[in-house]
Amino acid sequence: MMRQAATSPLLKVENLVVEYVVGNKVVHAVSDVSLEIARGETLGLVGESGCGKSTLGRAVLQLRPAESGRVLFDGEDLTAMRGEPLRKMRRRVQLIFQDPIASLNPRRRIGEIIAEPLVISGVKDAKERHDRVCKVLNAVGLDPALVVGRLPHEFSGGQCQRICIARALVLNPEFIICDEPVSALDVSIRAQILNLLEEMKARFGLTLLFIAHDLAVVKAVSDRVAVMYLGRLCEVASSEQLFARPAHPYTALLLEAIPLPDPDFKPAESVPVGEPPSPIAPPSGCRFRTRCPRADERCAREMPELRAIGPRQYAACHHPLT
Amino acid sequence: MSGPALLSVEGVAVDLPTARGNLRAVDQVDLHLAAGQTLGIVGESGCGKTMLSRAILQLLPKQANLSGRVMFDGQNLARCSAEALRKLRARSLAVVFQDPMTSLNPVLTIGTQLTETLQEHLELDAPAAKRRSAELLAAVGIPAPEQRLSQYPHQLSGGMRQRVAIAIALSCEPKLLIADEPTTALDVTIQAQILDLLAREQKRRHMAMMIITHDLGVVAGRTDEVAVMYAGRVVERAPTQALFKQMHMPYTEALLAAIPKLETAPHTPLPAISGRPPDPTRPLKGCSFSPRCRYAAGRCASEKPSLAPAETSTHHYACFHPIRLATGART
Amino acid sequence: MATLDLAIEEDVVAAPVRSKRRLGPLFWTALGWIALVFAVAIFADALPLPSPTDMDMLGRRAPFSAMHWLGTDGLGRDELARLVHGARISLIVGLCAPVIGLTLGGALGMLAGYFRGRFETLVVGGMDVLLAFPPLILALAVTAYLGQSILNLTCILGVLGIPAFMRVARAATLTLARREFVIAAQALGTSHARILCRELLPNVMLPLLAFFLLAVAVIIVAEGALSFLGLGVPPPISSWGSMIGEGRESLEVAPRLAFLPAGAMFLTVLSFNLVGDTLRALTDPRQGAL
Repeated sequence: MMRQAATSPLLKVENLVVEYVVGNKVVHAVSDVSLEIARGETLGLVGESGCGKSTLGRAVLQLRPAESGRVLFDGEDLTAMRGEPLRKMRRRVQLIFQDPIASLNPRRRIGEIIAEPLVISGVKDAKERHDRVCKVLNAVGLDPALVVGRLPHEFSGGQCQRICIARALVLNPEFIICDEPVSALDVSIRAQILNLLEEMKARFGLTLLFIAHDLAVVKAVSDRVAVMYLGRLCEVASSEQLFARPAHPYTALLLEAIPLPDPDFKPAESVPVGEPPSPIAPPSGCRFRTRCPRADERCAREMPELRAIGPRQYAACHHPLT
Repeated sequence: MSGPALLSVEGVAVDLPTARGNLRAVDQVDLHLAAGQTLGIVGESGCGKTMLSRAILQLLPKQANLSGRVMFDGQNLARCSAEALRKLRARSLAVVFQDPMTSLNPVLTIGTQLTETLQEHLELDAPAAKRRSAELLAAVGIPAPEQRLSQYPHQLSGGMRQRVAIAIALSCEPKLLIADEPTTALDVTIQAQILDLLAREQKRRHMAMMIITHDLGVVAGRTDEVAVMYAGRVVERAPTQALFKQMHMPYTEALLAAIPKLETAPHTPLPAISGRPPDPTRPLKGCSFSPRCRYAAGRCASEKPSLAPAETSTHHYACFHPIRLATGART
Repeated sequence: MATLDLAIEEDVVAAPVRSKRRLGPLFWTALGWIALVFAVAIFADALPLPSPTDMDMLGRRAPFSAMHWLGTDGLGRDELARLVHGARISLIVGLCAPVIGLTLGGALGMLAGYFRGRFETLVVGGMDVLLAFPPLILALAVTAYLGQSILNLTCILGVLGIPAFMRVARAATLTLARREFVIAAQALGTSHARILCRELLPNVMLPLLAFFLLAVAVIIVAEGALSFLGLGVPPPISSWGSMIGEGRESLEVAPRLAFLPAGAMFLTVLSFNLVGDTLRALTDPRQGAL
C-alpha cells in the first residue's frame, strides 16, 4: 500500500490489534493498524497522549502481546517467534525511551550498561567489548575516559540520552524505534539530540520509527509521517505533503494548535472545547467524529478505512479536506 | 510598562545552601507588571524561573535565603506576616501549577476544593458557594458542571483537571495570576484551549498575569512583555512583538533558532546551542552564557553584563556584543 | 552539530550528595556499642573472665566485687561472664534468623513483584497464611516437636520473618520493574534471571539491607521473649532473655540480675534500630531538584 517500489519494506505491520485490561474494562490501545517502513527511511508517528503510539512501538518489538495481527521484520514474522530466534532478532532492532535517566540502571556504571548488549549477544572478549563501547561513545560525542566509570545520576538529561543512543547503537542494529526521545529534554538540548540522531542514521545506515507528540520535531527528522488518534491511523503522507496540505481534519486541528513563536500570532476567539474520548469506550464509526467539524451521520455509522487521497497520501476519512 | 506596577520585583536573589556549596538560583532580578498586563518568563530548566515564582509567592523552601524586595500592591511581601500573606493569597495572588494531578488534592471532590476556597476567603455560605462553584466550572468550559462537583480529580482528564485548577485560582477574583508551566503536561490541542481560556479570563477580569514557560511559542501573541532568563538572571526583557522582531541577546536568538519549525524542510540540521547550562553551584566570573556563545569575545569571560536598555527604553538586554543593534554595539 | 564538549572537569562532576549531617554523634555511638558487643561476643573465651557455668554456691547473688565485677547470679555464676556469653547467643540468633528471611523472603518478593500474575497471588496468599499463625504458638509447637536448640530457634524465627522481607522486596521490585531500564533490558532479549540479578537486585538490595538491620533488633527481642518463657535456648546455655527470666525470682533481693541483661538488650536493640534507620534514610533516592 505504501510501498516504495522495488524494495521490500524492512518493517511491515499488518492489522495489529493491542488491547489490555484495566480492572474489568478493556482498553483498545491499538486497533487494526497497518504500516510499512522501507529500509533507510524514517517514519514519524504522531499523536497525542492516549492515542496508542507508544503501545504500538512496544508491540512491534514484542514487548507487549498483540491480540491479533502480524509484525514482519525483514520478511520474518516476529509475532510467531519465541525464544532464541526472537532474541537474535532483538539485536537488530533497538529502542530509545522518553526518560533518559530512568532508562539507565541507577546502580550500574555507564561502561557496564553500554557493554550489556554485547554480553547478552555473546561477545566474550572483554577487550573487544571495551573497544566497541569506546567507539560508540565517541560516535555520540562523549569522551569514554570521562564517562565509563561513572553512574547515571552524575549526568544531565541530554548526556543520558546520548548514553542511551550509544547503548542502542553498540550492536549495530538496523532498525531503531525512538519513543519520544526528546520530549523530556530542554529546548536547546533537543536540537543537539535531533541532530545526533540524524547523524547516526546517516553514518550507520539506520531505519527509524520516530514516535513523538510534537509535530515540528517529527517533521524535522521524518521522511513520511503517520498520524494516530485513539488507536487508529488517521493519515499517512510524506512530511512535506502532510504539513502543507493535510487531508484529515485531525491533522489540521493538530497543526492549528501548535503555538508558533510568531509575534503576529493571534489566538482564536473561540476554540472548540473538545476532549479526546476514552480508549475504553471509543465512539462508533470514526473515532474522531466527536471533535470533528465535518462529521455527519455517516461518520457515526461507518468506520473510515485508510485510502489513497493523492499521490502517496492516505487518509481515513469520509470527508477529507483535500 | 503601561500604568503603575502592580507587582514590582526589585533586586531579588535566592540563595540555597546545598552540600556542594551555595547555589544562587535567582541572581538580582528586576521585573515590573502592571494590572491587566501579561508578562511571560521564558527559560530552560535550571534557569531559576520556578524559584523566582516561588520567591514572589513567598513559597520558598525553608533553607532558602531571599534578598531584595517583592512589592505587590504597595506592600513588600517579603516583610509580610504569615497571616497577612494568607489573606493575600487567593484574594489577590493566585497560582496555577504545572501538574494538576499533584496540585489538586486527590482525596477531596472538586466541589469541596472549590467551595473550601470560596467559603474561606469570600465568606460565602455553603449553598452560595456551591452555586458559585458551578458557575466557575462553566466559565472555564467544563461541561455538566453540577455533576463534576461531586467527582474526584482522578476521574477527570488532564485538561479538565487543569481547568479546575484555573477555576480554583480565579474563584476569588485575584489581581495577579501566576501560571507556572500551565500547559507543559498537556497535549497540544488541549494546550491551545487552556492558553486561550487564560487569555480570555484575564481580559474579562482585567487581571495581571505572569506565564512561566520554556516554550517561546507559548508567549508569542499571548503576552505583552517577555523576560528571558538564563542561569538565574534576566538576560533580555522587551515587549513581545519587539522581542520577536529583533532579539539582541545571543541566547534568545539561539533559543528561537533551536526550535524545529514547521516551515523547515525535513532533515535540515538544526542550529543547536553547543554545551550545557552552567552548574549553579559554580557560577562563572563573566557572562554565564559566554562558554556557549558564538559571539563571545574580550570582556565576556571576565565581566558580567548588566541588564541595560537599548535605544528604546523598553527593550533591555544583558550583553556586551548584542546582535544587530541599530545604533551600534555597546563595547 | 553532534559533538558535545563535555564540560566535565574532573572535580566538577557531582559525587553523590551524601548528607553528612545525618551521621551524627548518636549514629556513631550506636555503631560503637554494636562493635563492642560484637567484639566481646567473638572474643568471649579469650577474655579474662571466670567461666559462665562455674557455680559458687557460697557466693550466690553476691554484690559487685573485684572478683566478680557485676556480682553473681542465683546459682553463683559470674554475671559479667554470663552477659558476655549471652551476647553471643543474641547475636547469633539475631543475625542468622533474619538472614533466612532476607534470602527466602527477598527472593520470593522479587519474583512475585517481577512476574506478577498467578505466581504473585500464590506467594502473597502463602505469606498471609503464615502471618495468620500466632507466632508464639508456632514456636511452641516447633520446640515441643523438635526440641529446644539454637538451630531450631533460629529456624523458627527466620521463617516467621519471611513475610516481612517478602513485602519489602516486592514493593521495591514493583516500582522498579516498570521503569524503562528494565524494559530496555527486555528489549535486548536479556533472560529473566539476568534481569533479576543484574538490573533489579542491586537496586532492591539497599532497602532490604536497611530493613535487615531493623529485623535484627526485632529478633533479638523475640529471642529474649522466648527464652524468658523458657522456650528459647536450652539450659545451661544462657541468653539475655533467659537471664531476665531467672532474674525475676531475685527481683527484691538483687534486681540487677534482671536489669543488667535487660539493659544490655535494650542498648543493643536501640543501636541496631538507630543504625538501620539512618541507613534507610540515606539510601532513599532523593536527588533534590530545583
